[in-house]
Amino acid sequence: MLPLILFYVFATILVGAAVGVISSRNPVYSALYLVLCFVTSAAIWMLMEAEFLALVLVLVYVGAVMVLFLFVVMMLDIDLEQLRAGFTRFAWLGWIIAAVVVVEIAGVVVTHRLGIDVLRAAAPLPANYSNTTQLGTLLYTHYVYPFEIAAMLLLVAIVTAIALTLRHHRPGLKVQDVARQVAVRASERVRIVQMETEERE
Amino acid sequence: MSETLLLAIALLPLLAALLAALGGKAIGRAGAAAVTIGAVALSFIGSCVVMKDLVVDHAPSFNGTVYTWLISDGLHIQVGFLVDHLSALMMVVVTFVSLCVHVYTLGYMREDPGYQRFFAYICLFTFSMLMLVMSNNFMQLFFGWEAVGVVSYLLIGFWYTRPSAIFASLKAFLVNRVGDLGFLLGIAGVLYFTGSLDYQSVFAAAPAVAGKSVMLISGHPSSAMTLICICLFIGAMGKSAQMPLHVWLPDSMEGPTPISALIHAATMVTAGIFMVARMSPLFEYSQAALSFVLVIGASTAFFMGLLGIVATDIKRVIAYSTLSQLGYMTAGLGASAYSAAIFHLMTHAFFKALLFLAAGAVIIAMHHEQDMRKMGGLRRRMPVTYWTAMVGALALIGTPFFSGFFSKDALIELVHASHLHGAVYAYWCVLLSVFVTALYTFRMMFLTFHGPERLDHHAREHFHDVGWDMKGPLVALAIPSLLAGYTIGPVLFGGYFGDSIRVFPSQDVVGQLGREWAGSLHFALHAFVSLPLYIAAAGVLTAWVFVLQKPQWGDAVRQRLVLLNRILANKFYFDWFNEHVLVRATRALGTALWRGGDQAVIDGMAVNGSVGSIGRLAGVARQLQSGFLYSYAFWMIIGLAALLGWFLIRV
Amino acid sequence: MIPLEYLLTLSAILFALSVAGIFLNRKNVLLLLMCIELLLLAANFNFIAFSRYLGQLDGQIFVFFVLTVAAAESAIGLAIVVVLFRDRRTINVEQLNRLEG
Repeated sequence: MLPLILFYVFATILVGAAVGVISSRNPVYSALYLVLCFVTSAAIWMLMEAEFLALVLVLVYVGAVMVLFLFVVMMLDIDLEQLRAGFTRFAWLGWIIAAVVVVEIAGVVVTHRLGIDVLRAAAPLPANYSNTTQLGTLLYTHYVYPFEIAAMLLLVAIVTAIALTLRHHRPGLKVQDVARQVAVRASERVRIVQMETEERE
Repeated sequence: MSETLLLAIALLPLLAALLAALGGKAIGRAGAAAVTIGAVALSFIGSCVVMKDLVVDHAPSFNGTVYTWLISDGLHIQVGFLVDHLSALMMVVVTFVSLCVHVYTLGYMREDPGYQRFFAYICLFTFSMLMLVMSNNFMQLFFGWEAVGVVSYLLIGFWYTRPSAIFASLKAFLVNRVGDLGFLLGIAGVLYFTGSLDYQSVFAAAPAVAGKSVMLISGHPSSAMTLICICLFIGAMGKSAQMPLHVWLPDSMEGPTPISALIHAATMVTAGIFMVARMSPLFEYSQAALSFVLVIGASTAFFMGLLGIVATDIKRVIAYSTLSQLGYMTAGLGASAYSAAIFHLMTHAFFKALLFLAAGAVIIAMHHEQDMRKMGGLRRRMPVTYWTAMVGALALIGTPFFSGFFSKDALIELVHASHLHGAVYAYWCVLLSVFVTALYTFRMMFLTFHGPERLDHHAREHFHDVGWDMKGPLVALAIPSLLAGYTIGPVLFGGYFGDSIRVFPSQDVVGQLGREWAGSLHFALHAFVSLPLYIAAAGVLTAWVFVLQKPQWGDAVRQRLVLLNRILANKFYFDWFNEHVLVRATRALGTALWRGGDQAVIDGMAVNGSVGSIGRLAGVARQLQSGFLYSYAFWMIIGLAALLGWFLIRV
Repeated sequence: MIPLEYLLTLSAILFALSVAGIFLNRKNVLLLLMCIELLLLAANFNFIAFSRYLGQLDGQIFVFFVLTVAAAESAIGLAIVVVLFRDRRTINVEQLNRLEG
């Protein structure tokens, strides 16, 4: 009973936040609504006993990706006046397409076409079940290869992001030349001076 | 008579023509003339030898293949010779007239820059004509047929800088082409029904074909033989200038006079007559075709003669005379009197060539003046020309004892004796033509040679008679014009043609005449008690009165009979019809097809249209590439929704 | 327990909302990227739901990777936006029309 009520609450907040994302005039508000979306979906995932992923969602998605979003939103000098202009001409078509998509998906889910009705009840999990352990076991044995590839993907992403945005030799830019830094010798920086000790007057 | 001799006869003129054409400065004018005259002379001698072999030594006819050109699906297309009495006669006539014309050309074309080219052409013509008459199969016949047509085109348009000459040469070629279409259809019919193009096989299969019929109009079968013969005759109509395909012959007078004599009097135009006579085994089976031939021939004879009465150009008069006499020959063929027609062909070749060459002599003497109204009284200035021309004229109108009399009167009697449909009409046509022939012939003679001199100042000063290189051939042709008639006995009734010509006994008018034949002298005297002579005399008298005695009567008649005058002046409106109706309709059709079919449909719709529609489509599709990310995303999502929908509906 | 259809319906709604967001938004390219995150979230919901109901953890592994990719993609996407902004001084989607063919 309780899970169901919690589900409804969180689901409502989630949908409300999603509507807020797309209808908000201010991109900062949109980002913050999106953060709310992620947090409530983490809660729902927790309800579905996917704890690890719920936590990862909060840590990675909210903690890193959304922060990055906010960072960029605030860094870019956006003209808010322009952004306050209203909806577009084809709004009605957009809503229709959205409705069509919903209907189609509902058509798959509700009309029992794909054998979904078989999955009525989820099997209860054993007492000492640890989602993280199980996930880890599966990840590092069967899915080790995709795991490595995902790591490579992240590396490539880092490199790409830096490569896209790095600007060399902008006038007035102070850049460190790391090689020179490392090649510095103590004698260039420090000079030992011998001084007579003096009496306290 | 060996194959080598026949090959020599046929090929020597070709060789000489090539040498004269390609030799250029290497052989020069004298060389070109010498080579061609020598080759034709040798061919003439060879033809005489062949004739002697056949007639005197009674050698069998030569029928053999010289070279197989190609074999296709069982059909052998070959070069071969069939030399029997009919072809031998033609060979002698062709080479003799050609030789006379070659010698004549020495004088006629002396001042012309195209001297060498001319000799090459007329020698080439001799080769083509020989191939035609010596052929033993339809394909070679057709080759010769086309070749003489091409050379005729080249020669009519010899002075190619003159627009009228170009017009005339194209007209001749194109009208011939129309006839050739029929000819080809006839040959196709022969091939279809007999499976062979060789004369012997075809003639042997003729009785079998006679019974077959063809469904031209559904429900109404036509006799196959009639169809074939009429198609073949259409070819003859084109080549031998029968109505309505006669329109090219008067225009062909644009060419130099020697070729008018050679091609358009004696040899090329007689190819059609020769062909029908050669095909007598086929024609005999079709009475309908024979009637057709008879009526066309007789009509041509009469109506073309009428046009000669009003012509003012000396060559035109002789051209219309040629048309009329060809009509006589055709009528004879229609009446199944093949031998008589060929006989007339022979005598006509002599006296008509003579008349043309005499006209040419007059034209040269008058410094290229051809209008008879500006001549007159020339008999005192050019006696040799005058007397030889008179011989030709008398032969033409059928004066007893001259060659033309025998052949013409025989034809008239034979047409009279025919029982075909249209024979009565034909008889009256040829009979009245006698009057007309005499009228225009002697009108020409009187206007040119008799009466007061109407020469203008320039002609009077520069007049000079022609040399013996032109007068020699005139004399040479006058002799057979006088004497050739006496061979009528053996040729027509003595079984000269033998197997060359096949006639059914029921239609054999010549045989009928032969039974009553009592010799040439008897025939000549018989003329004094029969109609044609007096009709001819009436014609001469009329010409004498209207030209010499009372010229003002001619003007009076012209003023009274305005409509008749106009019809005759417009040559029965044949040319008008061709140029204004047929040509215009064809050009309109061509233009319509060009604009509607080619430009609008093919260029417009298919070629440019497909390009244009792709362009338009691309222009529309280009709008999708707006550059806006949201638009692309939008389209992707729409596509996704559609795909999902499709899958759902399928499943 | 929570029926499967509820979860699937929820994810469908999220998906539809994000789709609507993508093309309703004409002003802000950042909003586009945020809607993509929502899209991925909706897909992740599906994976988690089925993983729970089929009793297999593979769905969650997949979510793991989806998260990875989403993070990488948003990083690069934002880097592109930053560079674009430097050049164009605007993030108005209607003025970003150089991607035409």
